[in-house]
Amino acid sequence: MPVLETTDLTIRFGGLTAVLDLNIYLEAGELVGLIGPNGAGKTTVFNMLTGVYKPSAGTINFCGETLCSAQHAMLPSLISMKGIARTFQNIRLFKELSVLDNVKIAFHQHVKYSLATSFFHTGRYAAEEKEIEKKAIELLQLFDLDNKQNEQAKNLPYGEQRRLEIARALATNPKLLLLDEPAASMNPQETQNLMELIRFIREKFDLTILLIEHDMSLVMGVCERIYVLDYGKVIAQGTPAEIRANPKVIEAYLGGENIA
Amino acid sequence: MKFRSLIKMGVVFAVGFVLHLLIKVGFINGYYDHILTKICMFIIAAVSLNLINGICGQFSIGHAGFMAVGAYTAAIFTKNPDLFIPAAIAGMPRFFIALAIGGSVAAFVGFLVGLPTLRLRGDYLAITTLGFGEIIRVLLLNWKFVGGASGYFGIKPYANFLSVYILAVITVVVLSNFIASSYGRACIAIREDEVAAETMGINTTKYKIIAFVLAAFFAGIAGGIYAHLMQAIMPRDFSFLVSIDILLMVVLGGLGSTSGSIVAAIFLTIVTESLRRFQSLRVIIYSLVLIFIMIFRPQGLLGNQEFSTPMLKEKIRLLFNRTKSGKGHTSTEGTE
Repeated sequence: MPVLETTDLTIRFGGLTAVLDLNIYLEAGELVGLIGPNGAGKTTVFNMLTGVYKPSAGTINFCGETLCSAQHAMLPSLISMKGIARTFQNIRLFKELSVLDNVKIAFHQHVKYSLATSFFHTGRYAAEEKEIEKKAIELLQLFDLDNKQNEQAKNLPYGEQRRLEIARALATNPKLLLLDEPAASMNPQETQNLMELIRFIREKFDLTILLIEHDMSLVMGVCERIYVLDYGKVIAQGTPAEIRANPKVIEAYLGGENIA
Repeated sequence: MKFRSLIKMGVVFAVGFVLHLLIKVGFINGYYDHILTKICMFIIAAVSLNLINGICGQFSIGHAGFMAVGAYTAAIFTKNPDLFIPAAIAGMPRFFIALAIGGSVAAFVGFLVGLPTLRLRGDYLAITTLGFGEIIRVLLLNWKFVGGASGYFGIKPYANFLSVYILAVITVVVLSNFIASSYGRACIAIREDEVAAETMGINTTKYKIIAFVLAAFFAGIAGGIYAHLMQAIMPRDFSFLVSIDILLMVVLGGLGSTSGSIVAAIFLTIVTESLRRFQSLRVIIYSLVLIFIMIFRPQGLLGNQEFSTPMLKEKIRLLFNRTKSGKGHTSTEGTE
């Protein structure tokens, strides 16, 4: 059974159909790429998968559960609890907060002490807060950010902000991780490191990953399967080698003969 | 860590106790006693509003409405000896129970107001709470049982300095604890980025409502204190301008800083009282003070920092460096 499966997923904004009849699936442990020219609807797909947008039609199934269908749509927070985490194309960290707090916030859904406990800091409070802090620091160590845990997130260099976003997403303990242009504006060396990092976290956290990326070296190097989206429709899918040779893909990116 | 907070609590209680003694022996006269109590009441109101506006990042301007609900509810319970609470419970215990009921009713009203509006993002909350405050005021104006426009009189002066001081300390401790907890972090996450908070598994509507209801509860208590301090309450005591006064304390102290709200509540109450002798000029001076503070310190008195010993040490160190080198622009790096 696939971890994620969408059936005829469609969303319209007024007269614009941003995504039409999207059918994709991800098997457990797969690392799949979602590529396409600008404005193809890739981020919109992510927004539907995480509940930020409500699809106009179609269903999303995640680990045998329906996240969203014509009848109902789950809240983003509930989807996160089911095990889908994401990063954002235009980094959405909690900018004014410390690096450590950014990660601690993501642990919130696993907090067991009650609201009443939080008023008086009694019972489990201290032990559990300590545990959260320990876990958060461990996670930051993996991403080589633990020496910056007290800095404000907005003061980190761009590459580190991207890493922090991934760390924060992992703190929610997801099964499926959606990465939205993780290599945007990174230099080749940083992209290379990121590639290794993505492979590493997939093994370590037992993840299934769907990633949007424009950097073809990253996509071709790390993904096992690729979907190509153009004008809201999947125009091709397959292994990196197949995608590279697909004339439709080349046409979508570079334009067809009749246009040129 | 634990030791330090014990010392802190010790100092806080010592200050309260000393002030209480000074009032008892008559060193602080009735007028200043009244002002001190009023300051404590405003601290409760400001710190609770800070939870909505500063911590959760929602813009509420109806705090006086919740205070009115709490004030009238508590007053009804202390004035009518047979109402719900057995008449055997009288005096101070009755006052505290009445406050708790006043707070709870305000919290319930807060829940009813918050439920539909807090689902939305943006300025809806400001408009709704503004309207809510006015609705409460007009309702009270027309409610004969509590005296309508002429006011509700003969409320016993249960709100003495010591009891209100203790209530203020409890409020500050409970709310600071909440803010420091994971639940508080969830609220701060909503302020920082609502979409990101949602995708991190935080049910934004739920936490906004929690913060709102909690703040309404303490506003209700502040209102109850007000009623038993002034001994007479009128609907116009809870007008829109009072909400703005409390909002000013929060903004002036620094949005999101609990200690800032406390400092500003003390400061603004003193300014208001000391300007009384200037009568109509008072409003102008008051406004000028605010304008100047906002020009020279737009982030509020304490910014979004909390007042703490490490922060104080840092400030003193900076000050010391500055005077030693004789130049204002020396950076801190020199000493490290």
